[in-house]
Amino acid sequence: MEAALTLDSIDCSYGEVQVLHGLSLELRRGEVHCLLGRNGAGKTTALKAIMGLVPVRAGRIMKRELRISRLEAYEVPKTGIGYVPQGRRLFTDLTVAENLEIGLMTRGKGRDTLERVLGLFPVLRERLRQRSGTLSGGEQQMLAMARALCLEPDVLLLDEPTEGLMPSMIARIREVVAALRERGVSTLLVEQRVEAVLPVADRVSFIENGRNRQTVEVEHLRSDPQMVHRYVGVG
Amino acid sequence: MAFGPYFLLATLEGLVTAAVLALTALGLSLVFGVMRVVNVAHGEFYMLGAVLAWWLASLVSGHPAIGFLLALIVSPLLVAAVAFLAERLVLSRLKYEPEATIVATIGLLYIIQQLALTFYGPEARPVRAPFDMRIALPWFGYSAYKLSVIGMAVLLMLATWILLTRTKIGLLMRATQSDRETALAFGIPVGRVYAGVFALGAGLAAVAAVLIVPTQQAHYLMGLDPLLLSFIVVIIGGLGSLRGTLVAALLIGLSDGIISMFFSPTLAKMLATLLVALVLVFRPQGLFGTAMR
Repeated sequence: MEAALTLDSIDCSYGEVQVLHGLSLELRRGEVHCLLGRNGAGKTTALKAIMGLVPVRAGRIMKRELRISRLEAYEVPKTGIGYVPQGRRLFTDLTVAENLEIGLMTRGKGRDTLERVLGLFPVLRERLRQRSGTLSGGEQQMLAMARALCLEPDVLLLDEPTEGLMPSMIARIREVVAALRERGVSTLLVEQRVEAVLPVADRVSFIENGRNRQTVEVEHLRSDPQMVHRYVGVG
Repeated sequence: MAFGPYFLLATLEGLVTAAVLALTALGLSLVFGVMRVVNVAHGEFYMLGAVLAWWLASLVSGHPAIGFLLALIVSPLLVAAVAFLAERLVLSRLKYEPEATIVATIGLLYIIQQLALTFYGPEARPVRAPFDMRIALPWFGYSAYKLSVIGMAVLLMLATWILLTRTKIGLLMRATQSDRETALAFGIPVGRVYAGVFALGAGLAAVAAVLIVPTQQAHYLMGLDPLLLSFIVVIIGGLGSLRGTLVAALLIGLSDGIISMFFSPTLAKMLATLLVALVLVFRPQGLFGTAMR
């Protein structure tokens, strides 16, 4: 299957501290690919490296034929990569509508896109004039996803989208991710809660000390639950 | 003069001070709010605005309004261009590190000040007001130009508010102010936004100086007082808060005008500084600011 995104032996550091050590990864077109690993393994850094938010010291990141690791950070989302950061990172002083407008402006999308996105998250339609910082945790997560989908991305990066959410919200996020896969969107998903993502994931990569230790099909993981225990410490 | 008219005169003077101060402080507040840069050179952009206003006005002959209008339009643009260059050549290369940018803007302060001394000289020079008219009140006559300064400052602040809240550029500025990293992740060219905000902040200081220079005089050391008062205003109002800047500028401007007239300008500055100390102790984020994330 064709790769939507390829990380090829990338090194990343925060100052003197190297976090990613030759990390390689392939996100296939239309798949949901989950990154699992302990805290500090480098999962979030991998997503930030893709977005150009931490510099890539060595290796390269390709989106199909385009070497995005050479782009300025603000140019990366214009290539069609939507990002839902850890902790949502909404523009909290801006209204819901303004947050969505920022997403739409990224790739020059318009009213049709907004209507499609609001169709996925109808609760936001009633909150358009509300300051996003005043939304509930679940609504904020919906908005963070909606904002990223306003780019009409073909690659979506989700960093712990179920963090701190109640089960009904987690189920809704799973439904949206599954619906996006049907539309051909490739999703790279970072999670700590294995049970939250396995129902929707196609493949899983285990990240340890900034390296990709193993990538497996989800079916393989179901037949070998010890694998999760080995890399994540639960299971 | 009886107390009532005397108080009215002091209030009018205070309002003029407040109007000019609000514009100057708004520039400083915008720069800090969006970029998190403490611009110590802000007062020098004000001074540069006044000095350039004198130079531009002296280029044209005829009615003083022509020279003044030329200065009002061109001087803030020139100052904004200087600020834009300073941001691109210096601040962006320092990655906006707080300590480094403070030192850099101190350097900028001295460079601008010494260049002004070299090319403009140590003299204080007047710029003629665009019109010379006095409004006859029952107790005293008052300069119509000074009243027009208040009106123009209100219009400019309204324009800035519209820019920030009703335009695409303003939305990008507010998003960048809210979360720089996420702004990048949504395609906002943060570096360009910063350069624009720095230029806008300097331009606001310059336009304030052009407005006030017909009632004062352009001098190469005139940037220090506005810098101090602007810091006082933005600390009291809350860094980055437009509403806070306006309220604090009114408070400081009016108290400065009234206390200076009834007692002494020194006492006015002392009380303003004391108020800053109280705000820093009891409400460090300012009256209308939000705690920094």
